[in-house]
Order: sequence, then C-alpha cells, then structure tokens
Amino acid sequence: MSVINYASREITFKIVYYGTGLGGKTTNLKVIYNKINPEQKGKMISLATEMDRTLFFDFLPMDIGSVKGFKTRFQLYTVPGQIYYNASRKLILKGVDGIVFVADSQIERFEDNIESVDNLMENLEEHNLNIEEIPTVMQYNKRDLPNISPITELEDAINPWGIPYTEAVAIQAIGVFETLKSVSKMVLQSL
Amino acid sequence: MAYENLSIFEQDFWEINNSLNKLLSATNANAILLIDKAGQMITSVGNTDKIDLLSFASLAAADYAATSQLAVLLGEEEFKEIFHQGKKENIYITIILSRIILVVIFNKSTNLGLMRVRLKNTVVEMNKIFGNIFNKLNSPKINEQTKATFTDDFKKAAESELDDLFG
Ligand SMILES: Nc1nc2c(ncn2[C@@H]2O[C@H](COP(=O)(O)OP(=O)(O)OP(=O)(O)O)[C@@H](O)[C@H]2O)c(=O)[nH]1
Ligand SMILES: [Mg+2]
Repeated sequence: MSVINYASREITFKIVYYGTGLGGKTTNLKVIYNKINPEQKGKMISLATEMDRTLFFDFLPMDIGSVKGFKTRFQLYTVPGQIYYNASRKLILKGVDGIVFVADSQIERFEDNIESVDNLMENLEEHNLNIEEIPTVMQYNKRDLPNISPITELEDAINPWGIPYTEAVAIQAIGVFETLKSVSKMVLQSL
Repeated sequence: MAYENLSIFEQDFWEINNSLNKLLSATNANAILLIDKAGQMITSVGNTDKIDLLSFASLAAADYAATSQLAVLLGEEEFKEIFHQGKKENIYITIILSRIILVVIFNKSTNLGLMRVRLKNTVVEMNKIFGNIFNKLNSPKINEQTKATFTDDFKKAAESELDDLFG
C-alpha cells in the first residue's frame, strides 16, 4: 500500500525482506546502504540483539529521486527470521508493496526455507493478502558456499508460483542490486 | 488488493496541515507528525530540523504496533494513547481512525493536560478529514487520477532511474 501525496508530490513504497533466520536479509540491506550515494539514502536503523540478530526490523529509506515531478521513495524493511519472533514479522508486513524472500541455499537449511515460506503465506493471509498478488522476488542466497542445494530443487520446494528469482552472494554484494531492481520494477508496474 | 494506496490530495493536505498547525500553536508543542500505520510519513508541522523524520516515522509506527499488541495480550483492543517521558522531550501518540498515527513532540513549555484537551479537538477534525480521504479511496475518480499520474511513461522513467542507480 503505497502512500501517494499529490500535494507534496511524493510517493512511497514499502518493500519487506522476508526469510529464514541467518539467511542474509540484514546483509542485503547493509550492502545496499554501503553502496548507494549519501543523497539517495537515509539512516539505516537496526533493532537487533547484541548478537546482531534482527529483533524487530531493519529499516532503510531510499530515494530514487524525482520521477516526472514525483519524489519517489522505497522504504526497505527486514523482518526477524528467528521462528519465535513471529509477532514482529506480522507487524512489519503491514502495508507491504513488495517482498523479497531471501532463501538460504545451504542443504541443511532446506526445510527452514519451506517453513519460512509457509509462515509468510500465513502472515500475509492475516493481512488479507496473498503472495500471488504482491510483487515478490525469490533470492537464493549464499551461492558461494559448498553445501548448497541446486536451484531447481529450491524452486520446486518453495516457488510453485514461478515467481522471478535471483541468485545471490549477499556478503559479496552479488545479486543484491539485481534483486532490489527486480522487485522495485514489479512494484512500480503494479501501481 | 486488500490494501488500497493512501492517496492524499491538495485540499485534504492543507486541511490536515491547518488543523495540525492550530494544535501546535495552541499547545506550544515543538512538532507534530502524522504517520501512516505502515511507517510512512504523511506530514509534519513545527520544528523538525533536528529530527530524522523518516527514521522517526518508521520507529513510531513500530512502537505503536508493538504497544497495540501488548494491549491485545492484556485483552484490550488497543491503547488509544501512548506517552513517553524523557528528561526534556516527551512524546504523545494517538491514533486516528485506526490507521493514522499522530505524534506530538513537546517539552516543559507545554501543559500536558491542556494538550490532551486540545488534541481531542484535533482528533475530531482529523477523523473527519481522513474519513473523507478513506471514503474516496478506490473510487473510480481516484483510480483514474492514479492512472493519469503514474502512466507508462512514469514507470519507464522510474525504471531507468533504477537502472542508473543500480547498474
Ligand atoms: N557465506 C555467505 N554468508 C552470508 C551470505 N549472506 C549473509 N551471510 C552471513 O550470514 C549471517 C547472517 O546474515 P544476516 O544478514 O544477519 O541474516 P538475517 O537473515 O538478517 O538473519 P535474522 O536477522 O536472524 O533473521 C551473517 O554472518 C552473514 O555474514 C552469503 O551470501 N554467503
Ligand atoms: Mg536480520
């Protein structure tokens, strides 16, 4: 649900990074924060535990500048992936315009990804939404590691909808912007 | 779609700002912010130079959301008002039509009791303005306006901005 202000000529979209704990959601935002120009970003806020695990959310506002006289802004959020923070995840999904599902490609995290997608669907349902009507991109992250599932297996397991996907190594900034660009374009198209 | 876009037009926007400015001068508050429940800033009046508004908006919405859930755990529907007290600065949060968060930032030059009384008036005005705004959402006229503003040209231009930015 974007906020369109015709008086101040601003439009704001909300994009949420979802996915299993330690999958790399916060890493995506950190990379984006580090690479974009100061004039295009606001402060990154992380409500995290001392161990750097997301407790409530990360937040990064990003300005793509004025488009045909409209200041166009994307606000990026991550949710906490750890299972017991579900109440927080639900809150962050409020008013979401686009979703990036960050999957952990490691074989030992295979089941966790499935569980997390199920959880996403449940939480969307509570907001009367479903994954097919919200612009969503699947990001298969940690492709640098040796013990990873093939993309086809991941696709079969968590992407029955054939949602667009990207491959990423978020810690090396690989695939991070491709993912963001892809979901942002989908969000714009759905306007 | 279950969530409509929140579209705000000139007329409503000025009415909102007028009402907030009235409250500001009547209470001597430092600033008043209006924030969508999803965390997006709608407008602000007063002295906001030292405040990072976007951060503030997302945190205030999160604060409100978390506190509402605390209320639910206690069997309350929601807390209608939230008050945070600092050494110098205080914030007072209230909700409009279950969807818009109004935050008053004030210090000791504001009388809390008086502010709460004045705020009631403002909430009545806001209920009316936003009631109007919400009624109009999803009307054919608004949908047309959205289409006319965010044309394919707009989308193409935005996409090329994204390409430039992200390579
Ligand atoms: N090898 C490898 N490690 C990664 C990659 N992306 C992230 N990591 C690491 O994975 C760990 C967890 O990353 P986070 O970004 O904090 O994960 P998260 O999804 O935000 O986790 P929660 O906040 O608990 O939900 C960190 O140590 C990252 O450095 C990647 O592409 N490859
Ligand atoms: Mg995190």
